[in-house]
Amino acid sequence: MSSESERRPTRIAIASGKGGTGKTLIATNLASVMSDVTLVDLDVEEPNCHLFQKAECEAPEKAYRPVPEVDEGKCTLCGRCGEVCQFHAIVTLPKEVMVFSELCHGCGACSMFCPENAIAEKEHCLGDTISTSGEHFELLYGRLRVGEAMPTYLIRQVRGMIPGGADAVLDCPPGTACASVESIRGADLCILVTEPTPFGFHDLKLALGVTKKLSVSSAVFINKDGLPGPDIDGFCRDNNIPVIGRLPLDRDIAERYSRGELLISDAGYRAVFESLRDRIMEVTVR
Amino acid sequence: MKEIVVVSGKGGTGKTTVLAEYAMKAGNAVMADCDVDAPNLHMLLKPKTLHRESFVGSKTASVDVGRCTLCHKCDGVCRFDALRIVATGEDERVEIDIDRCEGCAVCANVCPEEAIEMRDRVVGEWFVSETAYGTMIHALLEPGAENSGKLVAMVKQMAKKTAREHKAELILVDGPPGIGCQVISALSGADIVVIVAEPTISGLSDFRRIAELASGFRMRCTLLINKADLNEEMTGALLEEAKSRGIECIGRVPYDEALLTAMAKGESIGEGQDSPATAEISRSFDVLLGLLSDQ
Repeated sequence: MSSESERRPTRIAIASGKGGTGKTLIATNLASVMSDVTLVDLDVEEPNCHLFQKAECEAPEKAYRPVPEVDEGKCTLCGRCGEVCQFHAIVTLPKEVMVFSELCHGCGACSMFCPENAIAEKEHCLGDTISTSGEHFELLYGRLRVGEAMPTYLIRQVRGMIPGGADAVLDCPPGTACASVESIRGADLCILVTEPTPFGFHDLKLALGVTKKLSVSSAVFINKDGLPGPDIDGFCRDNNIPVIGRLPLDRDIAERYSRGELLISDAGYRAVFESLRDRIMEVTVR
Repeated sequence: MKEIVVVSGKGGTGKTTVLAEYAMKAGNAVMADCDVDAPNLHMLLKPKTLHRESFVGSKTASVDVGRCTLCHKCDGVCRFDALRIVATGEDERVEIDIDRCEGCAVCANVCPEEAIEMRDRVVGEWFVSETAYGTMIHALLEPGAENSGKLVAMVKQMAKKTAREHKAELILVDGPPGIGCQVISALSGADIVVIVAEPTISGLSDFRRIAELASGFRMRCTLLINKADLNEEMTGALLEEAKSRGIECIGRVPYDEALLTAMAKGESIGEGQDSPATAEISRSFDVLLGLLSDQ
């Protein structure tokens, strides 16, 4: 860690275009060799970091988003709410107003523009937020309720709970859609985990499109290194993207991961993550 | 016409490899790549694109500075932090961050001067392509775009239309990872769902959640375990979890570095058919067809 006392906390996003490249593997082990860090699992659809922590689970807190509730006594069925809703989440029928909570973006238009003041907002459960303390890292994560379609609300709420003073490692969802953007936005560095396969390379380029758009600086971690695939090192060199760590294709790693073990219990692997931590400090302290 | 949707919850479990193998076995199916933000199926099926079209998935607020009187009525109404009033010295202006704008039009509706207009936003592109094994519908979302679920629905709709026109008996859908809007959209209308899972602690947890989602839609689900010999104990746990939900296991694909190496080299599907992994995927397709014909 840097010795400067006034250093601003650093946020490191671990992301990838392609799923299953090793984001959680890197995030959990990296957080374990950093001190004074919160690991934040923003893959709220399929969170997995907690499986590597083995902490007693603290009570989850319910997370909500606002959805409309119509007061039938006041409603005159004028239809204004349906006109202003861009998401078809509220529809006026001849005798009632129907609300489709799953389509609602929580923008508040219906209640704001109801001329009768007949629409209030109630809380719709979108999942939980959970923080736990373990031997290797402090963890904060969100868990989307199964059936809930919009992960970005929960991601925003989890991000809002990150303790201000400490560094954070953010385990992001795969892909390049709104959930990834919401997770990567504002990070000091985004580490894109990839593998030397045509899929890994193709999706790395898509993910670089996201970090570029968000003006977040990127670095690459090559997992399953040694596969006879595309020359990711060459690509990174040509595009001035630092390759800041690598792990070989190795069944031993896959087996340890499958059991929920951290790699850092092995001295050799631990060195990989300590060196990654030091490289991150070099790259982020400019 | 029957529709098989391959999903996984966890990313990178092998959905696309499985789907490409199924496509080759089926011979004349219509394929739909519903992983619209990181599509990969085209890399295995090497299609020739016949038609491409922009997809307007949402609207975005746009400010007409000439009409804006800086009345500040829009200040604070946006719940997505997309609208800001920016001051530079004496001058002020209303700015929209289109990456945050969800298209709710609240700002446009409060503006008394009609200075905010909602404009169509192109969020991606979709394609109709020809492969050696049939027509394929795929898409590419712009980085970070909203409404990816709508683009998925569009891909599925086009696949259905194509299948009807070509009198294809099967639609093979390559689903996105996760359990959110894209997955819900990809599952809609499936006759049977294949959940590809890995025997890892993460794989088990993710399988539970995707299985709960698909069962919640009362869909017939099956389990295909990839890298099944990586951790026998976890494979046992997956099988038990599947059994408790009435989900049938249609195959146990072995961990196969030779297949990974072939894929890394970019060898197209069909090459290296003698690998134990592809043989098991191929066998699982026959099991699947058997289940479909029982329906």
